Amino acid sequence: MRRWSAAVHGWLLLLPAMALLMLFTHWPAFATVIDSFYTTPRPRRPSVFAGWDNYRQILDDPIFWQALSNNLWFAVGTIPLSVGLAMLMAVWVNDRIAGRTLVRMAYFTPTVLPMIAVANIWLFFYTPQYGLLAQLFGVFGATTQNWLGSKDTALICVTVVAIWKEAGFFMIFYLAALQQIPPSLAEASALEGASRWYFFRRVQFPLLMPTTLFVLVNAVINAFRTVDHIVVMTRGGPDNATSLLLFRIYELGFGFWDTALASAMTVILLLGLGLIALAQYGFLERRIHYR
Amino acid sequence: MTASAPSAPYQPRGTGLVVETAAAWLLAVVWILPLLYAIWTAFHPAEFSARFALFAPLSLENFVRAWEAAPFARYFFNTFVLVTLILGCQLVLCTLAAYAFARYDFPGSNIAFALVLAQLMVMPDVLIVENYKTMGKLGVLDTIPAIALPYVASAFGIFLLRQTFKTVPKELDDAARVEGAGAVQTLLKVYVPLARPIYLAYGLVSVSYHWNNFLWPLIVTSSVESRPLTVGLQVFSSSDQGIDWSVICAATLMTSAPLLVAFVLFQRQFVQSFMRAGIR
Repeated sequence: MRRWSAAVHGWLLLLPAMALLMLFTHWPAFATVIDSFYTTPRPRRPSVFAGWDNYRQILDDPIFWQALSNNLWFAVGTIPLSVGLAMLMAVWVNDRIAGRTLVRMAYFTPTVLPMIAVANIWLFFYTPQYGLLAQLFGVFGATTQNWLGSKDTALICVTVVAIWKEAGFFMIFYLAALQQIPPSLAEASALEGASRWYFFRRVQFPLLMPTTLFVLVNAVINAFRTVDHIVVMTRGGPDNATSLLLFRIYELGFGFWDTALASAMTVILLLGLGLIALAQYGFLERRIHYR
Repeated sequence: MTASAPSAPYQPRGTGLVVETAAAWLLAVVWILPLLYAIWTAFHPAEFSARFALFAPLSLENFVRAWEAAPFARYFFNTFVLVTLILGCQLVLCTLAAYAFARYDFPGSNIAFALVLAQLMVMPDVLIVENYKTMGKLGVLDTIPAIALPYVASAFGIFLLRQTFKTVPKELDDAARVEGAGAVQTLLKVYVPLARPIYLAYGLVSVSYHWNNFLWPLIVTSSVESRPLTVGLQVFSSSDQGIDWSVICAATLMTSAPLLVAFVLFQRQFVQSFMRAGIR
């Protein structure tokens, strides 16, 4: 009797959250898969079963491959650099340097600003002739160029913005982890005569691994869902040079209103994210010491 | 400092400390530079927007022009309502669900928990196409609740609070029950007060996330009455303002100002909150 009432209570407490999760996470995920096998409904053409047609169309679309490759380069650019910088920042701010509160604040500030706002600021930063970057180059007598307007540099420009926005956020987690490492470890390795670099490599870095896993998972997810600055700075251009997967989904679904193609592409993105998550947990979990 | 010196043998000294301090400061300056540049441009007349003169006259005119050019007062109000609505609902729903997961042993709880955690990977940010259709069917397109709904049941919040509630000693729970408190009363009198720092942490993270959220509000809103600040700013700066950077910078700073000021005032709490929220 008591067990039964506990079950009822438990489910009642869970019900509101679960209902909303079903409605706005589980159902849409399921419906995305279904819709990806149907044609887009049009005013006088109801949707019909299309088999793999949508997927075939996406795989035949050069813009998809462009967006995929852009997104992979974006990830390759942002993930290691933002995580590495975050670790460096945390180590520095953890030491007793002069004015470390101010330094920490400078690192962390981009995190609290809206991406859309900082994208505007960076847009100005990159502006030909007027922008700060152009002026800095002007001081050295170099010719200015249109950083965001060129296919060669646009993707690098938006990658830099993402690194700048994220590194300070990840720094916080490393800082917390560094402060939890017992001081006795540093004393012991100093007695053994280990250099600072050796202490970092063999003691601090391994102890930071659980944090690194957490930060990496976040960095990977962010690399595939950060598109605010793309909307503001380039709208995917020039010539799709900065189109990322989620931006392309947005463009297909709400620019061309081709929801079937957008659904198929969402499925591809979700499958990709799922695979990466499995790989990360499977691979990294085995190499991590938990305390 | 002598007392703590032995416990920090790797604290750099002498030249090492100078080099490290200089490097840390250099990076800090690079990091804050875009923001300083925007502040400079926003507070000076347009002719100084890209020219640096030490005694350039300060002016608030850019802010006035931005404020008059778009309904920013309405956007501020919308964002305020949105953030409050989301946080309020999240706190209630996540608390109840977390309590169920932490203290009730019921059939299906493991599956239910896995279903909750699925949201960490399958985020609302990615399900924009289907959620837009759902909002259309519910007839709430272009309203503030439509922006809020997908985020209200937050897997992150449920997970965070469950971990916290699990650390509450069972004896405290039993004691409250013996006193005759019901389930909800025990939750409110015992668990919620003990989890206050976590609530603060979660609240700060949630508010700054939703204050800054952009893509979903952009999709689901189409009128001044429901647009939050971020979308309003985008509409403002991409419409035919010309490229008056001074005014755009002023508008940009204006939209970020509340969070920025809150962050500068409560820096410690912010940093600690983000830490707490991330560690578990």
